[in-house]
Amino acid sequence: MNGNDTLRAMKPVFVFALIGVVFMFAAPYVLQLFTIINLTTAIALAVLALSLALVWGYGGILCFGQVAFFGLGAYAYTIAAINFGGSTWAILVAVMVASAFAAILGYFVFFGRVSDVYLGVITLTVTLIFFSLIRRTSGPDYKIGNALIGGFNGVTSPPLNLPWDTSSFLFPEHVFYVAMAALILCYVFCGWLVNTRFGRVCAGIRENELRSELLGYDSRLYKLGIFTISAGIAAIGGVLFCNGVGRITPDVFNLYNAALTIIWVIVGGRGTLIGPIAATFGLFYLTSALGGQSVLNNNLVLGVILIFFVLLVPKGVAPTITDWFTKRRKPARNSRRRRKQGRST
Amino acid sequence: MSRKRDKREVIVETRNLAMHFGGVRAVDQVDFTLYDKELRCLIGPNGAGKSTFFKCLTGQLSPTAGEVIIRGQDTTRAETHEIASLGVGIKTQVPNLFDGLSVDENIWMSARRWHNAKRARSLTSETIERMNLGDIRREIVGQLAHGQRQWVELGMVVAAEPWLVLLDEPAAGMTHEETARTADLIKEINTQAALIVVEHDMQFIRMISQQVTVFHEGQILMEDTMEAISNDKRAREVYLGNRA
Repeated sequence: MNGNDTLRAMKPVFVFALIGVVFMFAAPYVLQLFTIINLTTAIALAVLALSLALVWGYGGILCFGQVAFFGLGAYAYTIAAINFGGSTWAILVAVMVASAFAAILGYFVFFGRVSDVYLGVITLTVTLIFFSLIRRTSGPDYKIGNALIGGFNGVTSPPLNLPWDTSSFLFPEHVFYVAMAALILCYVFCGWLVNTRFGRVCAGIRENELRSELLGYDSRLYKLGIFTISAGIAAIGGVLFCNGVGRITPDVFNLYNAALTIIWVIVGGRGTLIGPIAATFGLFYLTSALGGQSVLNNNLVLGVILIFFVLLVPKGVAPTITDWFTKRRKPARNSRRRRKQGRST
Repeated sequence: MSRKRDKREVIVETRNLAMHFGGVRAVDQVDFTLYDKELRCLIGPNGAGKSTFFKCLTGQLSPTAGEVIIRGQDTTRAETHEIASLGVGIKTQVPNLFDGLSVDENIWMSARRWHNAKRARSLTSETIERMNLGDIRREIVGQLAHGQRQWVELGMVVAAEPWLVLLDEPAAGMTHEETARTADLIKEINTQAALIVVEHDMQFIRMISQQVTVFHEGQILMEDTMEAISNDKRAREVYLGNRA
């Protein structure tokens, strides 16, 4: 695929990105500050969903522990920002730590030819190990540099500051801009990546690993690559998350959050990027709304939604809508062609 | 072996190759030689070890003992992608395709492995034309008929422009017409590449065969032309006797 083809294939990506940009500038004028702060958290989670959409939807790697990289990014950012006294390099550290960890874990998993459900089990186990490990780090003995890890209470995350001035912290409405911009950039990046040679080979490996190898592609390297990249994106989500919430606790690594990420991608649709992002916002809004009442249990509703989608809309929202539109448009296009032929003869 | 053929370059050689599954000797002590630009068919009854031998050549199985040498390189323990990267085109017994992708994308995946974006595009179009897949190039491969899928996979092999082609039952499940076309294609590929073809269909082998290797109980029973094998008593007993 050459440059022009890639741009053409990315057209929907640019359309959604543009909608995102409009929303980013309009939202602070329309919505209340409380909603904006809440939205920042949702955006952080949407970045996490995007990272899983990339590695699972396009790479075919069911990573049940995508929150591990998300949480690792959040912790690395917080600890680095406390030690550095500024946030700019801490963001880089967060992405590096999560990617490096994913690269090491991925090396053993992919080069050991672990696949399918075992991969899900291993990544989930790693996540739960983080959960137990960090919960046990209460007390003054557990610290990295100047930063106490804080056990199950977590750590207060220093807010983002301007890159050139470590004393001018960003206000919540500004963090919203940063988060939204990060989500749009990550989305465009993923949209570009899946249309490059690398992205298309990853999709090929997802479809048939043996065939990819028979063509001479080293599937282990490609899987490791997409796994590492998606971990880096998840870490960006983690950085935004601890900025939105103001602190990071080991609960980020728990089973509930690991499963939730999977639900977003199932509901949104594997094989799309915008679907899981939209599903995250939708379900985030739903859980917030349900939080205000006490008739229905939150988890019960989520469980019902998951079962509903797995049974009735197995492809997820975005692919189902796309199918519906192409089915409706196809007969129209044929009749137009027929009319054209009629005119020319 | 005749003296004339010894002068050509040896491109595939196995020495004392063995593949055992527990107590079963699926392939045992196989010494096999393929010369450049040769077209060789492997035949034998079910369970004779043809496919196991094929998988040892393509790196899908790691042999218990012995060596595989492809153009001077020891590939006995090589990964499948490393063998393919030498310039070997492989078609497996059960069609292995990218089911969720279109015909076009399937062929492109093969062409793009070796060429830049522009050349890969044109090579994909050329291959689709050559394989007569133009009408279905936008179709999703998973929804195609079996014969068409076989052709897409052959197209992927051709698009890689290999110098050695390994085909496991390329005519399986094809109609007579498709089989004849496949035979023509194999002869065409043979002008540029050496081939090893594992086949069951005797009609098909008669269409393409030059030299045939007969497998029996994991070992090579004999190597000769199809006529000689048809007339050989032992070969008929193990294979042809209950067929032709």
